[in-house]
Order: sequence, then C-alpha cells, then structure tokens
Amino acid sequence: MIRLLEYQAKGLLREVGIKVPEGGVARTGEEASRIAEQIGGPVVVKAQVPVGGRGKAGGVLFADTPEEAREVARDLLGSKIKGEIVDKVLVEERLNIEEEWYAAISLDRSERIPIVLASREGGVDIEEVPDEKIARRYVDPFLGMRPFEARLVAKDAGIPREYLRDFESVLTAMYEVFDGYDAHLVEINPLVLTKEGELVAADAVVNLDQDAAVMRHPEFAEETEDFHLVELGGDVGIIANGAGLTMATVDLVKEFGGEPANFLDVGGGAYPSLIRRAILAVDDLGVSVILINIFGGITRCDDVAKGIVRAMEDVDTPMVVRLVGTNEEEGHAILKEHGIDVFEDLEEAVKRAVEIAQG
Amino acid sequence: MIESTTRVLVQGITGRHGSFHTGLMLEYGTNVVAGVTPGKGGEEVHGVPVFDTVEEAVDETGAEASVVFVPAPFAPDAVMEAIEAGLDPIVVITEHIPAHDTMMFVQLAEEYGVRIIGPNTPGIIVPPERTKMGIMPHQVFSEGSVAVASRSGTLTYEIVHHLTEAGIGQSVCVGLGGDTVVGMTFIDFLEMVEEDPDTEAVVLIGEIGGSAEEEAAEYIAETDYPKPVVAYIAGRHAPPGKRMGHAGAIVHRGQGTAESKEKAFLEAGVEVAKTPWEVPELLKEYL
Repeated sequence: MIRLLEYQAKGLLREVGIKVPEGGVARTGEEASRIAEQIGGPVVVKAQVPVGGRGKAGGVLFADTPEEAREVARDLLGSKIKGEIVDKVLVEERLNIEEEWYAAISLDRSERIPIVLASREGGVDIEEVPDEKIARRYVDPFLGMRPFEARLVAKDAGIPREYLRDFESVLTAMYEVFDGYDAHLVEINPLVLTKEGELVAADAVVNLDQDAAVMRHPEFAEETEDFHLVELGGDVGIIANGAGLTMATVDLVKEFGGEPANFLDVGGGAYPSLIRRAILAVDDLGVSVILINIFGGITRCDDVAKGIVRAMEDVDTPMVVRLVGTNEEEGHAILKEHGIDVFEDLEEAVKRAVEIAQG
Repeated sequence: MIESTTRVLVQGITGRHGSFHTGLMLEYGTNVVAGVTPGKGGEEVHGVPVFDTVEEAVDETGAEASVVFVPAPFAPDAVMEAIEAGLDPIVVITEHIPAHDTMMFVQLAEEYGVRIIGPNTPGIIVPPERTKMGIMPHQVFSEGSVAVASRSGTLTYEIVHHLTEAGIGQSVCVGLGGDTVVGMTFIDFLEMVEEDPDTEAVVLIGEIGGSAEEEAAEYIAETDYPKPVVAYIAGRHAPPGKRMGHAGAIVHRGQGTAESKEKAFLEAGVEVAKTPWEVPELLKEYL
C-alpha cells in the first residue's frame, strides 16, 4: 500500500474539484516564508510524512507572519516525526473553522466492495466517535457511487440541508479519485465547513494500491525491493520465505526466549544471489546468529543452499539453516559439502539459534 | 469441491509457470483436459490441447473448473471469461493483481454463483482424490480427514508437514490467498466442509491484519459449528503496522491484531496453537 503525502493527496482532490486550502510545498525556510507571504495571513505549516497522528506528534505548527513561518518550517525540516525524516512542509492558509466533518471511501476487505463513511463529528478524535454518529453505506463497484447515494449518506450523517448538495459533490468527487486511481482509501478529515460557508479539505489521506500503481499510475509507484527487511531490535537474525512463515519464525524465536533482530521475507522463487544479499543485509545489523527457515515450494532448496554457500565467503556470523521441500536432498548435499549443519526440524533449529544468541 | 474426475482447464497454460505446473498437476493425478492461451490454439502442452478461448475449450472438452496462471495485467479478463463460461471453482494463482480488479471479478463471480479461490493463492488440493489445482508441493500432503484453510502459502506447507508427520492426513487444503481482496473466505470454507462426510475436523491458519479470523470465529459461535476447529495465528510478535487512515479502524473496531483474533477464537471454543507443531497435538484429542 502506498500512502501519499498530504500535498499529493490534496493535488488529486483538487483535480476533481474539491476545494483545498491555498498553499504550497516548501523544502527550505525561505520557501516557506515566501509562500506565507503570498497567502498573506496566518498560516499552518505541516510536516509531509506518510504517517498518521502527525499533529499530536508535533508535526503541525502555526505561524502568524512570514518570518514565523520560516522559523517553524526550519524547526520541522530535518526533524523526525514518528520516525520519518521531514524533508518537505506544506504551508497553507489557516481556515476559519465553523465545523469539522469526516468523509471517507474505503475498499472494505470483509465485504470486498467500497464503503462510504461520513460524520458531522470529524477531526483528530474521529475513532472515538460512537458508531451511531457515523453514517455508512456500501457501494456497488459496477454502478459506482450515484449522487443520490451520496445524499442518503449525508442525511444519515446529519449534514444540514443547506450543505446537502455541496456534500454530495465532495463525496462523488472523492469516488472519482477512489475509482480513477485504484485507491484503497480516500479520506478527508477534517472536511471543514468554514465560517464563509464553504467545504474545504483541511487534511486528506489517499492510499493507493502498489500493483495498480505499477500498472496504471507509475508516477506514484514505489520502488520495490526483492525483499523487505524490518528491524525488530534483537540479536537473532531471521530469513524465511513467505510472509506467514516469516512471521511464524519471528514468533517462535520469541516463544523460545530469543530476541528477533528482524523480519526478512525472501518471497517465492528466491535465487542464489538474492539469498546471498539477504544474508549480508541481516549480517549488517550486527546479529549474533542468522536463522534461515525455508520451506521450498516454488523456491528450490538447492538454490537456497548455493546462496548460503556464497554468502559464507563474506559472513562469519554463525548460521542455523532449516531447509525442507522442493529439491531438499540436493540442497542438503550442497550444505554438507561445505560443512554447514542443516536442520529438518523447525523446533530444533529455533532452539539452536536461540542457544547461540544467548552464548 | 473438486474430485479426481473434475475436468480442469488451465488458463495461461503455455506460460512458464502454467506449463510447469500443468505437468505437476498431471503427475499428481489431476484431470487436466484443456488449456487456453489466446493465439496459441491448436498447440499442446504435456499432451493437453490448447484453445484460443474458454468457450471453445468448454465446448470441446467439457471443462468444469479453471486454474488461472495468466499474468496480472490480463488475469482479470481471463477470470471474467471463465466466470461467464460457467466454470466453478476458478483458482487464481496470479499475484500482483490490482485490488480494484479483483473486487470486480469477485463481485461478478458472486452474481454468477461461482466460487473464486485467490488470487495470489497456492490453490486447492484434495489428497483423497489425488487432485490439485495449483502449485502446492504435493509430497507434503497425505490423505485423511482434516480440512485446512490458510491465508499463507509456505506456512500452510509447514503446518501440513507437521500434520502428515504426526499421521494426520488431510481431506482438503485451500490457500485463500494473500491479497487484501480475495474470493473464498474462512467462512465460505467452513460452510463448504461442514457437510463433507470426509472431513472430521478443521484447521484455520490465520495471520494478523484484516478481520477474516474474527468473522470466522463469530460464524463458528453463532452456528454452533458441528465440527471441531483448531487455529494458528502468525504475527503475534510482529511490530504494529503503519497507520493507514481511520476508515479501517472505524469499520473494524479493535480487530486485526493477534490478540483480537486469538480472543475471538477462544471465545468461540476454538483452540489456538502456539507453534505449528502444536496443531496436530490439539487435533489429536478430537480424532
């Protein structure tokens, strides 16, 4: 899943006619001050990081003058918000807020169709709002969201009659983004009703589908790596194939008293050079042992064994290898030739790895 | 759901994965009667005739079910072609299909009353019938009376390996697929094996994320499910994922974590194994 930055999300909303605050993206304090000057009034300076709960983490600051905007932008730029380095800020006009509403269209994985959510009680605490105050309606993806459905949701959410048609336009436009960009989520929170009586998307989240982005929206596709390493802080390095088996291996190391250093899934059909690179990446974390758990299906044990042998030239860290499945005998033979012990039993392998880590 | 006599079509049969796994399916005993690759009609793969369209394949060979290896950009079209030709089930092995595309063909299949397994699934295997539609390494499986459904490929092999080692064979194993949107769910699977005389007990292999396990637990409790169910959940020590907006949290309040899933299962009377090898130990008291 790709979480767009706020300014990218708002760009998509603007394209379909949803009003967003006047503003611009700054990479330096100078730029921030220039944008604030153009806006000509109090501004809000927002860190552009792909995480939720940014405001509560100090990533949204206010400024009354261009000079102040420069200073708060400088404070934010280069800092870390929830582990993400800030390299851009969004400088926007401050809205005169009358009310804060909530609107979202999400691909619901249980019903497997889009769901529309709306509430008159939007804002940062939307998850605390009781269910009866949040209107919801499923949409038939073959029909798309029809305007009358948007009005039904608006009525359920208690949107005042004078804003019914405006709210309808916002929801149908959001659906255009949802459908056109293969989104998993298009969320406006808050959707601000200004004192001037306009509906403005003060903040927005758009999550896109990585596969669809690669195929149809390459401007948003994230570069994918052959494997995905997540650091967990312990000293038992872990490499496995398949997300489920890798998670299970992490769980087992923990069950047996070890501390997992990482999660690394080499996926299906791993070839020797990929296995070698995965081992080097885990070794770089400074682990005391590397536990390799491969259940061959599409992945062939002999390919894995070759990768392990090649990695041994550069790695001194002890490795505990558990290797079963497709071409198991060939794989074991290669490892034994090079003096590497190999386990068939997962429990024994996990115990051994934890033992080594604990010295 | 499928038997040794089920007449199986392979869509994308001339591709690298399609042809390789057609060979393995035939070797195991699957009755593969036809393949489809547009433009390659008239060829043969492992002695199986290839057609340009699903309609021709059905007319000529009486194909009843389809397994799809077609690459992601063309897979949704291939699946819809199979749905309209009335094939059932349709097993979608292909990975990297955009979720919106899957949503469309899953929705269409529902309207046609056709079962979709996957996408991004290792498929389905029925050891007592020596039949599989998919890529599961069949050496791991053995004939018996436990039905297994899983969200994860290799973890299924791991757990089935422990079942087989413990002398507990399987009546059917289904990989539900690893994508956000999939066709068959745990609930569909539970319904499917509920009346199956060859199934004595059920194993559900879940993982963190989504609410499929919680929904399955609710179904088991509400229907007073007549067969014993044992579960395993991967990811109890996984770090919390990044927050992706509020909508998911609003619709599925508090669900998705390993704790939530385990609690839901325990409340429904489903025992939850702590390790893959504990699954056969928990099953033994029921068999």
